[in-house]
Amino acid sequence: MLKRNVPLLITGLIGVFLIVANFFPSLSAMSEDFTVFFGIIAAMAFVLGGGSLLKVHLKKISDRNAGWAYSLIVLGTFAITLAVGLLKIGVPPNPGFPDKPWSGSVNADGTAFEWIYEYALKPLSATMFAMLAFYIASAAFRAFRAKNIEAILLLGTAFIILLGRTFAGYYLTGWIPIDGPFSGLRIEELSVYIMQVFNTAGSRAIIIGIALGIASTSLKILMGLDRSYLGGGN
Amino acid sequence: MSRQAIGLIVVLLLFVGLLVVRAGIGKGMGRVYSERESVAMVQVEIPILDVVEGEAKGTVGTESVWVPAASDDAVDFASADSPRVEWETTTPIKPGTYFQDPSNAAFELDWPRTIGIWVAALFTLAIFSFLYKDNAIYKIAESVVVGVSAGYAMVIGFWDMLVPNLLGKLVPMFVQTHFIPGMTDTSVNWLYIIPAVFGILLLMRLAPKGQWLSLWALAFIVGTTAAIRMVGYIEGDFLSQINATVMPIYQVVEGANGSVDVYSTIWASIRQFILLIGVLACLTYFFFSVEHKGVVGGVARVGIWFLMITFGAAFGFTVMGRIALLAARFEFLFDDWLWLIDPTNQRTIPDAVAVLGM
Repeated sequence: MLKRNVPLLITGLIGVFLIVANFFPSLSAMSEDFTVFFGIIAAMAFVLGGGSLLKVHLKKISDRNAGWAYSLIVLGTFAITLAVGLLKIGVPPNPGFPDKPWSGSVNADGTAFEWIYEYALKPLSATMFAMLAFYIASAAFRAFRAKNIEAILLLGTAFIILLGRTFAGYYLTGWIPIDGPFSGLRIEELSVYIMQVFNTAGSRAIIIGIALGIASTSLKILMGLDRSYLGGGN
Repeated sequence: MSRQAIGLIVVLLLFVGLLVVRAGIGKGMGRVYSERESVAMVQVEIPILDVVEGEAKGTVGTESVWVPAASDDAVDFASADSPRVEWETTTPIKPGTYFQDPSNAAFELDWPRTIGIWVAALFTLAIFSFLYKDNAIYKIAESVVVGVSAGYAMVIGFWDMLVPNLLGKLVPMFVQTHFIPGMTDTSVNWLYIIPAVFGILLLMRLAPKGQWLSLWALAFIVGTTAAIRMVGYIEGDFLSQINATVMPIYQVVEGANGSVDVYSTIWASIRQFILLIGVLACLTYFFFSVEHKGVVGGVARVGIWFLMITFGAAFGFTVMGRIALLAARFEFLFDDWLWLIDPTNQRTIPDAVAVLGM
């Protein structure tokens, strides 16, 4: 009862209330409160994530599993970031309230927390994403084969879009007069046309499909037909 | 020692050697300069003027405010006993500004930011080392990402969400006194006990007993997400996309003089027609309740072509995005760290730029 029915009841009631609130302006303020509640619980979920991180890595270290030293680095950097941020180390007070030492923004320029973001998190995550350029190129080289009309369309479009955003593309079709009747054949123009027409058409259909999928899945959850989030396999 | 290890050591030594050589050429590399500024604030009692019809008739009391120590208000109203707070800030300046006037006492080498540039450069290279193969340096950088990003998310969640939206509603006076002095609404909102309780229930997942209680909080999150997403996607995506598609095929484009531009009108109409056909064909392809045979099969095939073009465009865009990120990382290494390029005239002495007309 408490483990299965109460969660189903909470999901259903909250969901129905938030949907109904859209039709009653007097409930909209309460609906906004619930959206904030969601944000608060999501922020508390970060604490759960941190606790889980500690649990996993402390076990790895205590068991001396392979790569335990990396777990030490994970926990060390986690603890430093947390301490620097929560204690607002090096954060000057808000100029409007200089007698309140905790009033400054943790993200302010020149703070230790901003240093961690600017010189550790940002370069590391940006470089990780940048590296995907090599792997996408490599995967494309291996996998792309113009075997049929669909593959030719995909390959050709990707090629035009890539060229359309480089100087090579401009030079390649730069001889076509920009104000003439065939200006649409210039690579950069073609690239824009593909994005505005063909890509928009495909994206719209995909977005409509996603919206319908989300609406039906949400309804299934709210009506208690989909209980997978409760675990137990049904 | 294996040949591979020897090779790695040689590459590393070569790299360090090149860095040393680079550091010794010209103005060096990888430094950040800042301008140090002292901020002094003083608390003063400023009279509140009694203004009648735009004219000051006297005062109706005083208000306590913090003003910059060098301001006119401070000169007029501050005394030796007035509370005073001072701290220092550093603002990064272009190295060129420092090179122009190195004797300026306010300019100095900013050690924290200089160390930061070096740390960021070494982290960047550590991640790039994965292109060779998975190695210890990459794994160290990867562990730092995990630790720092988890800590970062928790800190932002605490200061930006929990303090103003949870503590600010349940213990507003405490939050106003210590963290957000500018907070105006200091009334307690007991409704916010709900997320506090659910949040604590969520943490029960880490407890040895009663983990099932976290399902209640999860149910709240799932219910809220499902309802908000359902309404949001129906309104924002489903209806708006249909609304944008169901438009007149004949699109009139007017020229600068107000007359119909025939050429542009034809192209705009063709564009709208292709758009409509494309959306309908793609939707037909997604409609699996009817077997894709005959006319439906043909239309669905046209839909596949449109989808292939969409995926190709998405692929091209993704590749370009990643390449732009890669270029930004190289720019950081060669410009901010190694000082080998200077596209934004960071290290050019301003006077020389003006003389050369750069």
